[in-house]
Amino acid sequence: MDMTSSNTNWTDICPINDLTPDAGICALYNEQQVAIFLCKQTNSVYAVGNFDPFGEANVLSRGIIGSTEDITYVASPLYKQRFNLATGECLDSEEHKIKTFNVRIENEQVQLKEAS
Amino acid sequence: MSKQRIVVVGNGMVGHKFIDTIIGNDETKYEVITFSEESRLAYDRVQLSYFFSGKTAEDLALTDAAYYEENGIKFVLNDKVVDLDFDNRNVITASGRVESYDKLVLATGSYPFVPPIPGNDQEHCHVYRTIDDLEDITKSGETSKTGVVIGGGLLGLEAGNALVNLGVETHIVEFAPRLMAVQLDDGGGALLKRKIEDLGVHVHTEKATTEIVAGKTSRYRMNFADGSHLETDMIIFSAGIRPQDELARKTGIPIGERGGIVINNHCETGVEDVYAIGECALWENFIFGLVAPGYQMAKVAAAHMHGDSETEFTGADMSTKLKLLGIDVASIGEVHGKTPGAQSYTYHDEIEQVYKRLIVSADGTKMVGAVLVGDVEAYGTLLQLKLNDMNLPANPSVLILPSSGGEEAAGMGVDALPDTAAICSCFDVSKGDIKNAVAAGCCSMGELKASTKAATGCGGCSALAKQVLDSELASLGFEVKKDICEHFAYSRQELADIIRVKKIKTFSALLDDCGSGLGCEICKPAVANILAAYWNEYVLEDAHVGLQDTNDNYLGNMQKDGTYSVVPRMPGGEVTPDGLIVIGQVAKEFNLYTKVTGGARVDLFGAQLHELPTIWKKLVDAGFETGHAYGKSLRTVKSCVGNTWCRYGVKNSIGFAIDLENRYKGLRSPHKVKFGVSGCTRECAEAQGKDFGLIATDGGWNLYFGGNGGMRPRHGDLFASDLTDEQVRTYVDRIYMFYIRTADRLQRTSVWLENLEGGIEYLREVIINDSLNINAELEAEMDNNVANYQCEWKTTIESPEKLKRFKHFINSDEGDSKLAFKIIRGQRFPLAKEIEITELV
Repeated sequence: MDMTSSNTNWTDICPINDLTPDAGICALYNEQQVAIFLCKQTNSVYAVGNFDPFGEANVLSRGIIGSTEDITYVASPLYKQRFNLATGECLDSEEHKIKTFNVRIENEQVQLKEAS
Repeated sequence: MSKQRIVVVGNGMVGHKFIDTIIGNDETKYEVITFSEESRLAYDRVQLSYFFSGKTAEDLALTDAAYYEENGIKFVLNDKVVDLDFDNRNVITASGRVESYDKLVLATGSYPFVPPIPGNDQEHCHVYRTIDDLEDITKSGETSKTGVVIGGGLLGLEAGNALVNLGVETHIVEFAPRLMAVQLDDGGGALLKRKIEDLGVHVHTEKATTEIVAGKTSRYRMNFADGSHLETDMIIFSAGIRPQDELARKTGIPIGERGGIVINNHCETGVEDVYAIGECALWENFIFGLVAPGYQMAKVAAAHMHGDSETEFTGADMSTKLKLLGIDVASIGEVHGKTPGAQSYTYHDEIEQVYKRLIVSADGTKMVGAVLVGDVEAYGTLLQLKLNDMNLPANPSVLILPSSGGEEAAGMGVDALPDTAAICSCFDVSKGDIKNAVAAGCCSMGELKASTKAATGCGGCSALAKQVLDSELASLGFEVKKDICEHFAYSRQELADIIRVKKIKTFSALLDDCGSGLGCEICKPAVANILAAYWNEYVLEDAHVGLQDTNDNYLGNMQKDGTYSVVPRMPGGEVTPDGLIVIGQVAKEFNLYTKVTGGARVDLFGAQLHELPTIWKKLVDAGFETGHAYGKSLRTVKSCVGNTWCRYGVKNSIGFAIDLENRYKGLRSPHKVKFGVSGCTRECAEAQGKDFGLIATDGGWNLYFGGNGGMRPRHGDLFASDLTDEQVRTYVDRIYMFYIRTADRLQRTSVWLENLEGGIEYLREVIINDSLNINAELEAEMDNNVANYQCEWKTTIESPEKLKRFKHFINSDEGDSKLAFKIIRGQRFPLAKEIEITELV
């Protein structure tokens, strides 16, 4: 696979309508599991790795979106650790950080790109 | 520094209390070894009678081997200390074991006094002191029709209760002219006798037994001094206790004239470094036959050994409050007219069978004593007046008169109590201790109990402790913060009220109405749950889907590897062979780990997201519905077959269980809810361990409420007896909705009930007498829920739109390639982190 091109280009994932408002879905992107969240209230889309480093399972897309002060996060469905959706930082432990991806909506399509 | 070696002779309640205290003082400083002649470590003798209402020796245990081992305490059971060698500081046991001591504590307790009546040592003649005694009594009960208790004191009446529980005709024989001669006056004793006789127990006062001989119609005949006699099959002696001072006597430790090891204010005996505590100890010529003074002695002795000679034992209050044969009895202070010039107020209601007498000082300003029979509500206030030597109100009679027309009883507010006032005497918790606990952050009875142990012994002080707690919270200006999370400044109950009253249907509407931010993993599922409990809409509606915990969200319980369990509903645990075959076929096809659950149904584990719809399609097509194993909702109604098959069944428990499960299935509530329905009192369905429990009797259903298993098992309280099917449904409808309306998030019914002010009696007022005038609403809400039930899986598999989410990847049909399994005992298990699954042979 040509990694350079896929790293620098936006890749179509699915139509915007496939996203569930205020919840997550999981996408396969470059052989990675990516959790994509659509937050209606703030009208934002987020993409982070689907792997929960605490529970060691691919489940983060199935977590609940929450906010504390002005941080938007996802809480793991397994043991409820919270991850900042914008930065991937874990709010409950400094040791763990999950990967983030660039995500955008273009022509009604959800698109992903590796974060630079 | 080497450790001090402390030997504790006797491992009863007080001996154990001492050990617990001394290691609590500084576990590194002491090496403790304890001996018991019994086969068990310390257990709760105060609650001994509960042995007959189903508690086991384990339930009564105050400690266990693991706790002692963890804390480095050595213990020797079944070996009695028979000699002491003060010169070499050794104790010697019956088995010949020798152990040295630096400090010795005698906590040998007491033994039951058996009057020297000829024939008192025959088979089926018992005493009432240890679990072993109770086991012997139970055995005798199996071959007895009639039983007699000799002694009408406190313990005698408990023994009488035991006989009643064993189902034998019960007689109580008392030498004195009245029952509970020590604690009660004539009026109280007479009413107690009448009440006990109303229960079918025969009471014989002023009877002196002269001999026990062979009987004519029963096993034995007791002849009395007045020429009369009584036939009986078994006898329990409960004529008082005597200090167990045999060891002290033998070794020359000073003993009182009438027995008891003489101690000073530090609980030291006449021999250096030897202490005595509890019922074997004689302080100021007095033996304290209650546990609370024994506990005080244990603390004093432990403090003294620890270098604190300020703490002293200076006597103890002998007031008591208890329930005997279901009758409330209390006694405070001095009630036998020994105080010069004392006067009294008496309230005697023959209709309601209540007797209250308040004895006051000659000038009427201080309380001397009180006797309460049939209604002991005033106990807390009166006890505090007495203990703290407080001034009586201007008209003391109000203290015992029934409160009229909803007016607050003219008691003394808890604010008037000094900080030293003992609130819980079992655990020696003062008002000051409660204040400190509140200052340290205690906001509820549950927290208070956990941090101070107050109200966890006999429980007699719980109402008072709650009052002190509330008053403290209020006086500290504490606004008890019960906000569910940072997004709503409301408790779950308040949110439920807002949702109900304003008819709010979605989370975003609620957020607009009274919240802030986006919400979180705390408030979203809680609100989703409330919305479901009031409006019962499909939980995967667009407006609700983002609120649900993953379990509700994908209608299955997420397992540690991210796969889900599949649990079809089997109402009452009933399943046809064809149904079972379909489950087996599905499990086989999808290679699901299969297990029968405690809730009488079948769990299938390891289903991936994308497999769920196909699995459920097959199950729904075969007639199954979702089991809601994933929801905070009704789980299972466990049942026996009842009178349909069972030779002993009295009612159709399986039929009723299925009815109930079908009525309440799917209903969301603050926590999961389980039912049990037993077809007879053998209770095979373990209904008392469920949130709602029903037990069939000849007269109808007995409804229990508030039981649960789990971390802190609890038996349900009997809510009402002899109900018809219809009454059960009505009461359950109301209780269930009342719980949904008012419980905290994730609060089980048991905890809700325990925190409900007024407890089960208040609940009866609300549910049976409609004291809040809300029953019509509660029933309407429940009817609405029942009418709007849907099988969430059926709805889901019929909706292509909803099914889109049941895929691991939105853009691929693959599953999660990271899943790994291992085959054990012919089935697969997840290869998850940290778990080394080994095959058990």
